[in-house]
Amino acid sequence: MISFILIILTSLFFSGIIIRTKSRASGRKGPGLFQPVKDIIRLFKKGAVYSKTSSFIFQAAPSIYYASILMAIMVIPLGEYRGIISFEGDFVFFAYLLGVGKFFMILAALDTGSSFEGMGASREALFSMFAEPAFFILMGSFALLTGHTSFQEIFASLHFGSYISYILGVLATLVLAMITMVENSRMPFDDPKTHLELTMVHEVMILDNSGFDLGLILHATNLKFAMYGALIANLFMGSFPLYLTIPIFLGIQLLFAVTIGLLESFTARFRMNHNAQYILALSSVSLLIFLGVLLMLGQFS
Amino acid sequence: MNYISIRNNETIPLSAIPELPYAAFLELNVFSLLKKGPAHCVSYFGYPDQGKIRLICCIANDDQHVIYVSSALVDGAAPLPSFSKQNLVFEKFEREIHENHGIRYTDHPWLKPVRYPYNRFDKNQAIGAYPFFKIESEELHEVGVGPIHAGIIEPGHFRFICNGEQILHLEIQLGYQHRGIEPLFLEKKKLLQRSTLAENIAGDSVVGHSLAFVNCWESLCHFQPDRELKLSRTIALELERIAVHTGDLSAICMDIGYQLGSSVYGRLRTPLINYFQKWCGNRLAKGLIRAGKSDYPLTKTLTDDLLALLEEYQKDFEEISEELFSLPSALARFEKTGVISNEQALTLGTVGTAARMSAVKRDIRSSHPHDLYGELQHQPLIKNHGDVHSRARLRKKEINQSIEYIRELVQTLHVATPAPASLEAPRPHSFSLSLVEGWRGEICHCAVTGENGELVHYKIKDPSFHNWLALALAVRNNEISDFPVCNKSFDLSYCGHDL
Repeated sequence: MISFILIILTSLFFSGIIIRTKSRASGRKGPGLFQPVKDIIRLFKKGAVYSKTSSFIFQAAPSIYYASILMAIMVIPLGEYRGIISFEGDFVFFAYLLGVGKFFMILAALDTGSSFEGMGASREALFSMFAEPAFFILMGSFALLTGHTSFQEIFASLHFGSYISYILGVLATLVLAMITMVENSRMPFDDPKTHLELTMVHEVMILDNSGFDLGLILHATNLKFAMYGALIANLFMGSFPLYLTIPIFLGIQLLFAVTIGLLESFTARFRMNHNAQYILALSSVSLLIFLGVLLMLGQFS
Repeated sequence: MNYISIRNNETIPLSAIPELPYAAFLELNVFSLLKKGPAHCVSYFGYPDQGKIRLICCIANDDQHVIYVSSALVDGAAPLPSFSKQNLVFEKFEREIHENHGIRYTDHPWLKPVRYPYNRFDKNQAIGAYPFFKIESEELHEVGVGPIHAGIIEPGHFRFICNGEQILHLEIQLGYQHRGIEPLFLEKKKLLQRSTLAENIAGDSVVGHSLAFVNCWESLCHFQPDRELKLSRTIALELERIAVHTGDLSAICMDIGYQLGSSVYGRLRTPLINYFQKWCGNRLAKGLIRAGKSDYPLTKTLTDDLLALLEEYQKDFEEISEELFSLPSALARFEKTGVISNEQALTLGTVGTAARMSAVKRDIRSSHPHDLYGELQHQPLIKNHGDVHSRARLRKKEINQSIEYIRELVQTLHVATPAPASLEAPRPHSFSLSLVEGWRGEICHCAVTGENGELVHYKIKDPSFHNWLALALAVRNNEISDFPVCNKSFDLSYCGHDL
């Protein structure tokens, strides 16, 4: 329960921090930390406009998407404290919950019949597909290392390894951070600020969404950031007491948001056909973790 | 002689232009004049004359610094063989002649509407029914963009035929910005009205187009501007080049998602256009250039400000350019994206930066110098690869060159009270041609006068006229997501094309 509340709280200011960092880096003052949330609240007050050619899928998709992410967040633990939902193999459940949400968003984009949205949907599907092996090799290796298959148990026992587990932690952070960028369609994979439909991935899928639905989708993005941030934070918490884990959690989220802001300020976006290569390369980093785990377990001796 | 050689900004009597039968006219321009060293067609247009259509073709020879003018009088109803069949450089010009005067070409390869002018010959042609190139295929898909633009710029329709993410073909349909500028030049009789019209041909090339008009007009009126006048005009043209190139670099950075470059170049552009505000009260330099006079003479205080401004500008400009052109992620987007080869550039007859990026040495400032460019001994800057990187680098280098020119010119400023000179009436039955190298490329204005020196025809050619086709070819086999950065690196004008 505690992790659920913390993630929701973090989601309120996560994008605010990214935007503020980017503004500062380009010499502007930037909007307040809570401006993104205010925008979302404004959208929640509005009604949505639906095209006559779209079906019920288009109307239902944002809610399903949002619900899938909320549910995925319930799986995430905080140090010793289990998530609301926790069982053996829950990381598979987690990954495919997110998959369901994405699946409906892709369907909804195709439902609009716009050539732009179809293009965006195909890109999103391709990139998520490439990101999936990286996540499963990563979590699978940890499951092998710890002998557990639920998030909470994996993270709780991860701490008790040798120093090599910290190295694995760093690699895992890299993989998770990059998966976050892919899943949220941020730089260097996609430029959320662009105004050009032809270059967008995620933004172009939601061109037809408006009002309440758009608010849901935008907040879902913030939730996803906080969710992956929480996963990363969990790598470094082990079974510390609560008065330590909460500051660690918040500190890592803050660091994560600032890092994203800086990354987005000082690099250019990838060329679209390099995205697939790069995301696939993440899987090889995951494989490295897998080899490290095999090494620790003495499989090579 | 079956043609006449003139210099840039020279006025000749209409009777001095030899009139040829159409077959000889075609033969001369396509097979003879274009082959005389590095030459290209700067303008080819028709206008109604004695119930027929008079065609005037102007071919500029860049080595000899002259422009060959010849003409033919043809019957609008009779079908004609096209120049384009022999040389594609004439493709757009002939489409324009066909659209405006209804001349039927028997063997033109791509006889489509250009801009749907309100006074087009065939009023049944409607902009909504443009005949797009189509491919019947299960695998390919079409993406239509516009005419309402995703950004904040002008309207134009882009139709892509794609194989997945790869662009196979792009067709650009323009005409949404058509205002009928050319007929307005004849309709509006006052010089001030015409100067204002010239300023509004393309909002980003105010100095370029008004300078072309003013040079053309002064030549028609036998007016020789003094050195001070030329100096301030040259400085204005170079300053416009620096400002717009800087803005373009900012936009290119934005399209590759490089925030730092986008905001720094954007910030650098502002003081430059604010300087125009200080100089003439308008950030786009409207009102600065007027025929026969200057309402805002360049003073010592103004030039001192300018030098200080450039000093400040260049420091930051060098720093961010250093950063941008050594950033691996930016270079990965720039290099080998949107390539126009040297042969393609020559076939299309591209002008300005779109020509010089592909090693085509085409620059009016050195080949047909106007104003003070003769003194500056301008050498065109050349890049070789024809990709986005070449276009961006070229802009950077041209900015530095322009800064040097301004510094050099300012040294020679002598503020003197200008002698009040009045313009004579334009000469009757004359033809005048003016070429100006604006920041985007060569701008060509031609004027034809009738009895009493009234304008009979006014022809404007913006550099975008040819260069749009270069963009369409550049994006072939590129990814569709690279289209915006290609588009921005050409930065062509919609209203300059649509007139």
